[in-house]
Amino acid sequence: MSGLITVDDLTNEEILSILDDAERMLPIARGEIHLPILAGKVLANLFFEPSTRTRMSFETAMKRLGGSVLNLGDVSNSSVVKGETLYDTMQMMDGYADIAVIRHPRQGAARYSSNAVKIPVINAGDGAGHHPTQTLLDLFTIRSCHGTLEGLNVALVGDLRYGRTVHSLSEALARFGCSLTFISPTSLTMPREIISDLLNSGISIEETGDLHGSIENVDVIYMTRIQKERFPDDDEYHKVAGVFKLNRSDLSSAKKDMIIMHPLPRVDEISPDVDSTIHAKYFEQAFYGVVARMSLLCRLLGVSVPEVNQ
Amino acid sequence: MSEEGMRRVTAIQNGTIIDHVPAGSSLKVLGMLGLLDSRSTPISLAMNVPSKKLDRKDVMKVEDRELTQEELDRLAIIAPNASVSIIRDYRVAEKRSVVLGDELLNVARCSFSNCIMNNPREPLPHRILVHSRNPLELRCAYCGKTQSVDDIVNHLI
Repeated sequence: MSGLITVDDLTNEEILSILDDAERMLPIARGEIHLPILAGKVLANLFFEPSTRTRMSFETAMKRLGGSVLNLGDVSNSSVVKGETLYDTMQMMDGYADIAVIRHPRQGAARYSSNAVKIPVINAGDGAGHHPTQTLLDLFTIRSCHGTLEGLNVALVGDLRYGRTVHSLSEALARFGCSLTFISPTSLTMPREIISDLLNSGISIEETGDLHGSIENVDVIYMTRIQKERFPDDDEYHKVAGVFKLNRSDLSSAKKDMIIMHPLPRVDEISPDVDSTIHAKYFEQAFYGVVARMSLLCRLLGVSVPEVNQ
Repeated sequence: MSEEGMRRVTAIQNGTIIDHVPAGSSLKVLGMLGLLDSRSTPISLAMNVPSKKLDRKDVMKVEDRELTQEELDRLAIIAPNASVSIIRDYRVAEKRSVVLGDELLNVARCSFSNCIMNNPREPLPHRILVHSRNPLELRCAYCGKTQSVDDIVNHLI
């Protein structure tokens, strides 16, 4: 592995091995054990778009393992505003860091960056493209709750057109034989390229606009925010904003072990009264971002994860 | 080139003959070769000519210009079965075939407006991958968006 741009860069065996390592690192992520196996290594965090969880969990992951972090910081204070190309910015990272994480508003920016440098590059979201490290923590969450990734019924809900988390996740779930239900407004359906790839993989897909009718049949509901920032104009956004909402009262027909996930931030698609139900896993999910990214950083930096004794 | 196609257009002294182009596609082929805007290259076209191989086909003669293999390979996405003859002094001096490789390198920009490659100052090469051959599907190597043949023709470099 020389980097992670899409889930296609990982085999199923590699995914499972990363999740196994991540599980062993839970005590480190909780601060119960100090294991500085990345001491002396430097991570460059290049966020050209806003981020809370992804940027901070990469930083936490690196620091918990004894490494250091360089942050690009506010793009308006960098040479990007002077017109520096992404290629030139990445050349600097090749000299300053051992590994780079990039989030960029333009689709393809991560693949482009990885072609520009020798160090491993991790895609932390490229426009409406992919977000494979979110997928790793999503899979970790699903496996922790259901004990398996295989053969589950998963509903992906909301902005499937611009939602990079669901693009990466659906491709990964398909490889583990899950059945997928895509629930979105007609203007925000899953991109045709992805549907075509999923159908070629032989899995079952259903596309619908009915969230509540799907609740009783699924093992996972993966909610997403309708992303205002991806819409070309406000009118288009307001036509679909708030169309899917989950309330506590909607969950009476759900399977007992059905879990609700969300990459966060949420707006109003999950009511706060869902938070205290046994189904709500989104805050736990966000925490798992630390171990999933710890495990990935070790893998890409060629550092094996030892057995961790509590 | 078939006798039928040959009879319909004037013989050329030097240049390139492209035969077995799918009927109605010759203008796209000219676009791929950057010849649509050319005012100096004489070009003869025969469109919808009866063909044993394709039922109907287009035939093109480009005078005084020997197309390079790299130029011809661009045709593979429109006319994968095209046969090409290089003509010198009214004779077929060389036969060439078009080959669809695994990617089109610096042939066209990605058509997706939010792709990183739409910053013209980014220096890495433009790459369109052949994702599948039958049916033909082309995707940008960076953003992964599907590119139609028309997209390619409209975004030639």
